[in-house]
Amino acid sequence: MTTTLTTKPTTASAAGAGVQDARPAMDEAGYAARIDHVSKSFGRADAQQLVLDDITLDVAPGEFVTLIGASGCGKSTLLNLVADLDKPSAGAIDVPGGRPSLMFQEHALFPWLTAGKNIELALKLRGVPKPERRGEAERLLELVRLTGAHRKRVHELSGGMRQRVALARALAQDSQLLLMDEPFAALDAITRDVLHEELTRIWSETNVSVLFVTHNVREAVRLAQRVVLLSSRPGRVAREWAVDIPHPRRIEDSDVANLSVEITEELRGEIRRHGQH
Amino acid sequence: MASTETKADASAAASPSAGAGGNGGAGKPAAADLAGLEAGLDALDARTTTRPPIGQVLRRKVVPPVIAVVLVLGLWQLAFGLELKEPYQLPGPLMVWDALAEEWYKGTILSIIWQSVSRGALGFAVALVLGTLLGLLVAKVKTVRAAIGPILSGLQSLPSVAWVPAAIIWFGLTDATIYAVVLLGAVPSIANGLVAGVDQIQPLHLRAGRVIGATGLRGVRHVLLPGALPGYIAGLKQGWAFSWRSLMAAELIATSPELGAGLGQLLETGRAYQDMSLVLGAILLILLVGIGIELLIFAPLERRVLRQRGLLATAH
Repeated sequence: MTTTLTTKPTTASAAGAGVQDARPAMDEAGYAARIDHVSKSFGRADAQQLVLDDITLDVAPGEFVTLIGASGCGKSTLLNLVADLDKPSAGAIDVPGGRPSLMFQEHALFPWLTAGKNIELALKLRGVPKPERRGEAERLLELVRLTGAHRKRVHELSGGMRQRVALARALAQDSQLLLMDEPFAALDAITRDVLHEELTRIWSETNVSVLFVTHNVREAVRLAQRVVLLSSRPGRVAREWAVDIPHPRRIEDSDVANLSVEITEELRGEIRRHGQH
Repeated sequence: MASTETKADASAAASPSAGAGGNGGAGKPAAADLAGLEAGLDALDARTTTRPPIGQVLRRKVVPPVIAVVLVLGLWQLAFGLELKEPYQLPGPLMVWDALAEEWYKGTILSIIWQSVSRGALGFAVALVLGTLLGLLVAKVKTVRAAIGPILSGLQSLPSVAWVPAAIIWFGLTDATIYAVVLLGAVPSIANGLVAGVDQIQPLHLRAGRVIGATGLRGVRHVLLPGALPGYIAGLKQGWAFSWRSLMAAELIATSPELGAGLGQLLETGRAYQDMSLVLGAILLILLVGIGIELLIFAPLERRVLRQRGLLATAH
């Protein structure tokens, strides 16, 4: 993947530094994440509710996949399973590149730390030696274009800036797989649009694989190489689309709009099925 | 202009050479554009929290309590002047001042205050350790919480002076009695504060901590304790207030020549000699020390923690 943007070489190498470490395991496996016939139910044994039903999905190394679906399709549950915050009821999940990082809809930054220290904590827990943490945090802030925000308190940052710090913290884990759970849903449209561009840029610079959950079809098409539609109650893989619209894309592009219309029709069909009883 | 440029880039990148994911088609202008746009958004959205100027702080925070104190002193002097009670029952402010001045000239007052403050500080320090350990245990171990959680919060409503007779029977008229009463008063508050603090941590922060690898003891160190800090400090504040109260109750009742004289004993001496000026003077000193430690230590600590977290923002 070429990295010919305006970023300084330090940034690209810093972000790429860890890629070499976990890369062999992932290349050998041929996927960044493998979700293999995974089902998940909640509730007591006598009143089980099936949330995910036999999901099988691979994310290739460096691939950007979006998961879309109406509420109740279990997309967040699926991310929690991949993040190892919960265990599947059946099936297996394999993430060869180590513990994936996860971004939430809320920034989830720790308010008792500065922006920079939030990132440094992730570095520390990853085992980065103390003398290197400060510089590495500065580089990651630069990557999300927040140079100089190291000492800022979380409450002093805008919503968009917080999500960028959260992204930098997620990247600080140096994981091969970035899981994103509607990370831009709470932002205003202008900021979201800018963050789409930033995410695309960072993704192409870092070679990280992304599994991105959203209910916004246009956002899904704008960002992804592959869009996966989940049906609701229980969640099943309903259909997939390869998105071969070249970058740079914009959410207003007619190609993005056309594919979005097609996917939305399919999504609406899925939703209608639940009204027919 | 921005949009036309990006559109141009988009069509340029539509050539077969731009592979999926390869952002190579994006030229410098678009990237600079985005950086500029983002800088603008950040500038528009950034919030600044400013501290109010010192003059305003004085006007709003210092002047009102001073006025209140002057008013109370005035009413007191008025009641004394009207002789609502006999002067030996209700001395005037100046008589109380003279009684304290007399103690000062005897050279004993500072050692009396120090005796009480050092007892209070030592008792509080031990209560801090015990209360923190107990609080962590109750907060994190479900069976312990089920077993003693309710008792611990119930203990807070028990006035610690109730422990004085029991402590005297156990330990006699010794320092151990005084410390036992102080601990029984302060430990539940500190433990309860920590439990409340842990309960108030957002579940999202706990999940985020697990995602970045803060599990087990590292989770306690990096997420649980800092997250619980505001509630914990509130518990410490209350713990100190309870320590001080318990200490005065213990000193007032457990008086003996072997025990060093503290403010509680000074109060008891005043009562024994029917010296109302000394009694009121001792009450004032007890109040002043309690308020002073709260204002000098706990209030700044609490403000600092809340301000750091943006929970005390004064302006946007």
